[in-house]
Amino acid sequence: MAAITLKGLKKSYGQAHVIKGVDITIEDGEFVVFVGPSGCGKSTLLRMIAGLEDISAGSLTIGDKVVNDLPPKDRGVAMVFQSYAIFPHMTVRENVAFGLTISGASKEEKDAKVAEAARILQMEHLLDRRPSQLSGGQRQRVAIGRAIVRKPAVFLFDEPLSNLDAALRMDMRMEIGKLHQQLGATMIYVTHDQVEAMTLADKIVVLKDGLVQQIGSPMDLYHRPDNVFVAGFLGSPSMNFLTVDVTEVSGTHATVRNAALDPTSIEIRHPGIVAGGKAKLGLRPQYLNPDDPAGRLHGRVALTERLGSETVIEATLTDGSNLIVALARDAHFPIGQDISLGFDPDMAHLFAA
Amino acid sequence: MMQSNDNHGLRLFLRYLLLVLIAVMFAFPLVFMVMSSFKPDQQLLLDSGNVRAFLPVGDLSFNNYFEAFERAPIGVFIFNSVLVTVVTVVLSLFLCSTAGFAFTFMEWRGRKLAFTIILATLIVPFETIAIPLLLLASKMPWIGFDGLTWGWLNSYRVQIIPFIADGLTIYLFAQYFKDLPGELIEAARVEGASWWQIYRKIVMPLSGPVLATAAILKFLVMYNQYLWPLMVVQQEEYRPVMVGLQYFFQLNIAWGEVMAYLSLITIPVLAFYLYLQKAFIASLASTGVKG
Ligand SMILES: Nc1ncnc2c1ncn2[C@@H]1O[C@H](COP(=O)(O)OP(=O)(O)OP(=O)(O)O)[C@@H](O)[C@H]1O
Ligand SMILES: [Mg+2]
Repeated sequence: MAAITLKGLKKSYGQAHVIKGVDITIEDGEFVVFVGPSGCGKSTLLRMIAGLEDISAGSLTIGDKVVNDLPPKDRGVAMVFQSYAIFPHMTVRENVAFGLTISGASKEEKDAKVAEAARILQMEHLLDRRPSQLSGGQRQRVAIGRAIVRKPAVFLFDEPLSNLDAALRMDMRMEIGKLHQQLGATMIYVTHDQVEAMTLADKIVVLKDGLVQQIGSPMDLYHRPDNVFVAGFLGSPSMNFLTVDVTEVSGTHATVRNAALDPTSIEIRHPGIVAGGKAKLGLRPQYLNPDDPAGRLHGRVALTERLGSETVIEATLTDGSNLIVALARDAHFPIGQDISLGFDPDMAHLFAA
Repeated sequence: MMQSNDNHGLRLFLRYLLLVLIAVMFAFPLVFMVMSSFKPDQQLLLDSGNVRAFLPVGDLSFNNYFEAFERAPIGVFIFNSVLVTVVTVVLSLFLCSTAGFAFTFMEWRGRKLAFTIILATLIVPFETIAIPLLLLASKMPWIGFDGLTWGWLNSYRVQIIPFIADGLTIYLFAQYFKDLPGELIEAARVEGASWWQIYRKIVMPLSGPVLATAAILKFLVMYNQYLWPLMVVQQEEYRPVMVGLQYFFQLNIAWGEVMAYLSLITIPVLAFYLYLQKAFIASLASTGVKG
């Protein structure tokens, strides 16, 4: 089995610096998810680990070997691509057995391993079909099957579910989770679907512009984001940010206010908060309560979306900014009605402006 | 948009009419050739001014064929041409596809420059390099059954080797490979395949259409070789079909025999081409890479 270490990893295409020095430690058997906006370098980083892209600088260790200069086939990794990349001229069986065929495995060995993979992925009945006769979800199974037969120490997934419809995506997500339990292999998974990230990951790596923003468990990142980017990236609907004035700093707490917000004392967890300056107050939509008699944030309802089990309110605050409130119940708030929102100061995040 | 049935039918009719006219235009010379090959010279010349030229009428016989065989060793010529053509096509498909593979999928120093140079050769007409090539061929060494010899003139190899690699075929392959989904190649690499295995097990099986195209183009070029064999082959035993045509253009041209000879060397090729075209379309439909 294999732990993976990325040390000062960089990648440039000529003058374009795409990965700008990334350090990540991945334990053996861990499920790590890379998330980040489009173009931030997730795929590039994954392909560098696979050996499909050269490493411009830094070192990459898989197991106890530095593999910077090893070709993909000598790295002990398997990869599942967004487009599935199953070979159109081979049957499912031949596709799944491809790696074994290449390594010269006997027919008996191939048959046994393909049968086992097919059982795990419940695709025994598909083995003699051609890829053109498969649905998207079935193709994805074949791609995963091809990855698991060789029992590699490391699995790499690049947005494997993004071409599937929502229902199938959920099924496959759970299956990948189960697969990780069963195989116990190290898995690195790229996605920009935060539900996938939150549910699958032992550890999430948030990337932006080729740099790591934060690494931690899903709940770490959700409850203790290091910066505005991470705070805004995880969670749906995403976190509200208000620009506030810091009126007073005393010990571990700061008092903040603005035209819409009554003075509130918030714990300081990040540097850069000074009395008399500005700050960004982050409030998750789910933690805002319109029924709180001690509501401290004032505005009026601009829009209400009722989904039955959930209600999303867009409010225009007294200072002119917009705010999203998510209630876990059905409620009716007429447009234009005044609204006061309460929140638990411990659930608020204060960042330097 | 409204469109009446009549209008649609008329357009269909016109389209077919046009296609038929074009087909007829291409077919006429062939029909003329085949019909004439069965007619004695005198009648052939009389008929050639009117529609009878395209009809199997008058004094028909195989005489022209018998005489053509008397006049020239046609079997030898056809054998030579087929041998040279088939060997060149096979070697060319292999060499040019591996070259295209290296240009498309592999990273190496000077790749872009080398490809540019190969593309540049596309605009150099063969006539320009014929003389230097002749000089070169006349001095090349060869190791064969009789040990080391110098000079390639009067041989099969001099008709084959210069035509194995060519810019157009390499370009065709490189272009086709570029459109194959790159992730297929990457998946194979991650699965442990060597470059050679990727070429053989992934790329070639998906290359039916381009192989057929390249084969047809190369076949036509090779089967129709005239200038080069004229320059490098003086002995009858290595002479190809097009050069063999000279045997029929002596003092008085025997048109009937010319037509018989041309029919003999054209019809099999035409049949083969039509067959390949079918295979070509079938392979396009079956690879399913693009769908
Ligand atoms: N061959 C290349 N040459 C130059 N720039 C490249 C090349 N490949 C990728 N890039 C750039 O590298 C950056 C990162 O690309 P990458 O594919 O890793 O993004 P990503 O995070 O996977 O995005 P997405 O979520 O859209 O898949 C992008 O800005 C892209 O334009
Ligand atoms: Mg990507």
